[in-house]
Amino acid sequence: MTAVRLTKGGVIDRTRPLSFSFDGLSLGGFAGDTLASALLANDVMLVGRSFKLHRPRGLFGAGYDDPGSMVERLGPRPATNQLATTTMLEEGGVYRSVSTWPNARRDVGAVAQLFARLLPAGFYYKTFMWPTWHLFEPFIRGAAGLGRVPGIDAWEPVGESRYGSCDLLVVGAGPAGLAAALVAGRSGASVILVDDGAAPGGRLPGDGGDPDGWASACWQELATLPKVRLLPAATAWGYHEHNLVSVLERAPRDACGLDLRNWKIRARQVIVAAGAFERPIPFADNDRPGVMLASAVRTWLGRFAVRPGGQAVVFTNNASAYGAALALAQSGAAVTLVDARKEPEPEAVAALASAGVALATASLLAKAHGAARVEAVDVIDGSGQVRRLPCDLVAVSGGWNPAFHLASQTRQARSVWRDELATFVADHGPASFRLAGAARAEFEPVACALDGARAAGEALAALGLRAHAFETPTLSEPFVAQRVEPVWFVPPRRKGDKVFVDLAGDVTTDDVGLALREGFDSIELLKRYTTAGMGVDQGKSGNVNVIGIVGALTGATTQAVGTTTFRPPFVPVEFGAIAGQRNKARLYPWRHTPLTDWHIARGAVMYEAGLRWQRPGYYPLPGEDWSAAAAREARAVREAVGVYDGTPLGKFQLKGPDVPRLLDLLYISDFSKLGPRRGKYGVMLSDDGLIMDDGVVFRLNDEQWLLHSSTGAADRVHQHIEQILQIHRPEWQVSLIPVTSQWANATLCGPEAREVLAALQPDFDITREALPFMGTAEGKIGDIPVRLFRVSWTGEASFELNTPARHAAALWDRIMVAGAAFGITPVGSEANHILRVEAGYISTGHEVDGTSDTFDLGLGPLVSRTKADFIGKRSMELRRRMDPERFELVGLLPTEPSRRVPEGAPITPAGDRVDQEGFVSACVASVVHDRIIALGLLRHGRSRMGETVHARVHDEVIPMTVVAPVFHDADRARVKS
Amino acid sequence: MLILACPWCGERPEGEFICLGEAVQPRPLDPSALGDAEWAAYVSDRRNIRGRHDERWWHVRGCNTMFTIGRDTVTHQVFAGPQGEAAP
Repeated sequence: MTAVRLTKGGVIDRTRPLSFSFDGLSLGGFAGDTLASALLANDVMLVGRSFKLHRPRGLFGAGYDDPGSMVERLGPRPATNQLATTTMLEEGGVYRSVSTWPNARRDVGAVAQLFARLLPAGFYYKTFMWPTWHLFEPFIRGAAGLGRVPGIDAWEPVGESRYGSCDLLVVGAGPAGLAAALVAGRSGASVILVDDGAAPGGRLPGDGGDPDGWASACWQELATLPKVRLLPAATAWGYHEHNLVSVLERAPRDACGLDLRNWKIRARQVIVAAGAFERPIPFADNDRPGVMLASAVRTWLGRFAVRPGGQAVVFTNNASAYGAALALAQSGAAVTLVDARKEPEPEAVAALASAGVALATASLLAKAHGAARVEAVDVIDGSGQVRRLPCDLVAVSGGWNPAFHLASQTRQARSVWRDELATFVADHGPASFRLAGAARAEFEPVACALDGARAAGEALAALGLRAHAFETPTLSEPFVAQRVEPVWFVPPRRKGDKVFVDLAGDVTTDDVGLALREGFDSIELLKRYTTAGMGVDQGKSGNVNVIGIVGALTGATTQAVGTTTFRPPFVPVEFGAIAGQRNKARLYPWRHTPLTDWHIARGAVMYEAGLRWQRPGYYPLPGEDWSAAAAREARAVREAVGVYDGTPLGKFQLKGPDVPRLLDLLYISDFSKLGPRRGKYGVMLSDDGLIMDDGVVFRLNDEQWLLHSSTGAADRVHQHIEQILQIHRPEWQVSLIPVTSQWANATLCGPEAREVLAALQPDFDITREALPFMGTAEGKIGDIPVRLFRVSWTGEASFELNTPARHAAALWDRIMVAGAAFGITPVGSEANHILRVEAGYISTGHEVDGTSDTFDLGLGPLVSRTKADFIGKRSMELRRRMDPERFELVGLLPTEPSRRVPEGAPITPAGDRVDQEGFVSACVASVVHDRIIALGLLRHGRSRMGETVHARVHDEVIPMTVVAPVFHDADRARVKS
Repeated sequence: MLILACPWCGERPEGEFICLGEAVQPRPLDPSALGDAEWAAYVSDRRNIRGRHDERWWHVRGCNTMFTIGRDTVTHQVFAGPQGEAAP
């Protein structure tokens, strides 16, 4: 037993013991422990296996900088990919290591280590190219990833979303963040302070630099200020434009047992005081469990009262690790400090000597020995002498990287190299965004606090508030990384020894060298080729070393190599946190007509009809499948009468003296001569000359028009018309009101539709003379007000009855009663589709697919010969002139009459896998012909009647005969009856 | 998510708006007077500026106003009203 829990100290609650299990071991910890600190207190050093090579791995960092200790929580509340160092221990928690089988101690995948030589950088790109990636994909997908998605039957929300706003958002409650929040809070600003430590103060509680308890006093005062909101256990993970910051709050106390709450906080000013991450110095076999960051050692000791080893070697190139060496010595460990520098700071050396720590200067740590745990290290001194030191803990510090990730996410900050600190800092950001403290390379705690107060003062000035005074706190940290002599890595003494620069992705210095030799010399390319910085910690521990190594190997300056792009999320964020309470229907709600319940009560199978509108697909009778139901409904329309719910069809009310001019500009035909109580079918193009939509416009009376669009095109058409009225022709006097959902609909269709209408006893004339094809009338059926449009969407005479939405169900009930004698049948979208294809009617999304023009679809005769201009005319003519190779609308009859062709199937010459010459746009089982019929677009289709063409569906070729694109009522006699 | 100033409603979040893209000139009154290339440029060419440009927004989940503002495509700084001539 070498890692032990100390009897005193730390912020854990020794009066509240917790029991948990990890990889089948029953263990104990205390409230306030993370899973990682509890494992360490139980001397569990090996917590997982590496992602690629399955090497044994231990805890390396104590927070988000830990590159590998991912675990799966099996209970309570199963969750995958939890970082052991940030997962708070729970009573009865059951955890399992990932990337291992059966467990981390005995892992079958460890054989990968034997093949390590065969898994160099770019391994996937090189190996799985021949004959095709798809051959290897299932295997690789199976082996990839960390952990398994918990087996959950039904989706249960694990999080919720919340919006927040404030004058000042402060990220981080270390000395800088606390000072900033305090100054701003005392000055009367509304403040949100976000912190992801278990206790306020940043590294202060762990490092023991806060003798007076300043941090907790600040926190307590902030808690009393009415306009200050404290979000502990929360991480700011994304900066978005105009100071919108995403914040993930873990286990919020007021969230009824939910695990996560994702905030979107809009702040007028932002101060990021996120601190800094320590980076290691890579050396041979530096991934052995027991090798960890010096700052992590201080956190284990100071915050969790865990001493991770009894015989420690500290390896550093700066003064900050001296604090870790002293803390270890004070806890009773035997410590040797290896400093790469010739001349460490004299006061630091003196402090070590008085604590009994052995010191070796101008020396390097060359290699770690041991397998499941470090057992010894090789130390080389300045003369090249190597000695082996037995140890059970190695603490490493290679300098500090300010955590300016959020500044980089603003895309307005550049990373600038600072030589004396050997680190990158961010140069500037948006005007309302500031960095403070260690995040801008102030490492001494009092300086951090003063810097936080400075940043708050600037932010308050920008807000027009006067900054409250700030008293300099008493904080101490004698060992600060002020003079860092970069050591990017210690070259291995034996070829083949692995020096890991990115532990998360098993990336070694050899991989970086290989990538450079193969020409991946841009840091962005090198990152993707080697996967350095693409693992769990997103390069928090390893990235700057990779940059330094590239510089060292290529002779470029660190500034010239530069950093890779920082992107959200700053820490791993569960999708459940982003989804919040929004399941599918809440995320993207359905639109319902007032008749949804009516349809469902009659057994309708509902589905989307475009723009999220729910509509009956078909109404199956017992024993009927969808095609039998659709055929029965379609037959009812052809032979007697059907009724369908056309409510979702886009409807726009137009008024004003310039409506005729607007319609003439919108449609390809002449509309200005349309008289009252008459309607006209029109095709609308966009200015690229392609069809946008089609529909019928009715002039209701002298000053009012109703324009119909397709269901799915309603929003597009709305925008199109508004753009004309507001931007292109603002002088026109037209009022446009979308009224789609104001009017509910029942459309009677079929040879007996007029009889059913008569049986409804409307108070207006419905004779053929008074109500011809494309006529309209207005009146009442009983006490129900209706507007009637005499159209056809089905190839049969149709009567569209529109009524204010509240009367919908009553109207439908009356229709079913009046129609009973005629065998009236409710009809869904499937039957409608059959009817429309039989009639040769085009549909948005089928034939009108954004590539077809008027002539392609045989609508040329509708184009006005007299109008000088309409939208799309100029481009349509240009395209006609320049592109004669058009796909034209045709009918298609599969040679095998019962052979369905998938809609969208490509038509290729002779069915070969060559250039496409068209596609099948719609295919249905015709009820009038009792066979499969289809519409399609075919190159030069109109001149190819009678020809046999071929649809290609995967490995199958389906021959079809080209016919005219109308299968029913070619002279439209029934439509007009 | 941007904060946009609707001339009618004031500052509102981007989710209430639809972006109509770079502000182009109003549609020519007589497209037949334009040469083919000129017309094609009106229909298709956008400047896609890095930096400040003018763009149109539609307050569709609000007051229905369409308006033009300036926005820096790098910093997202928003400027009231168009900068000058609309793009050809």
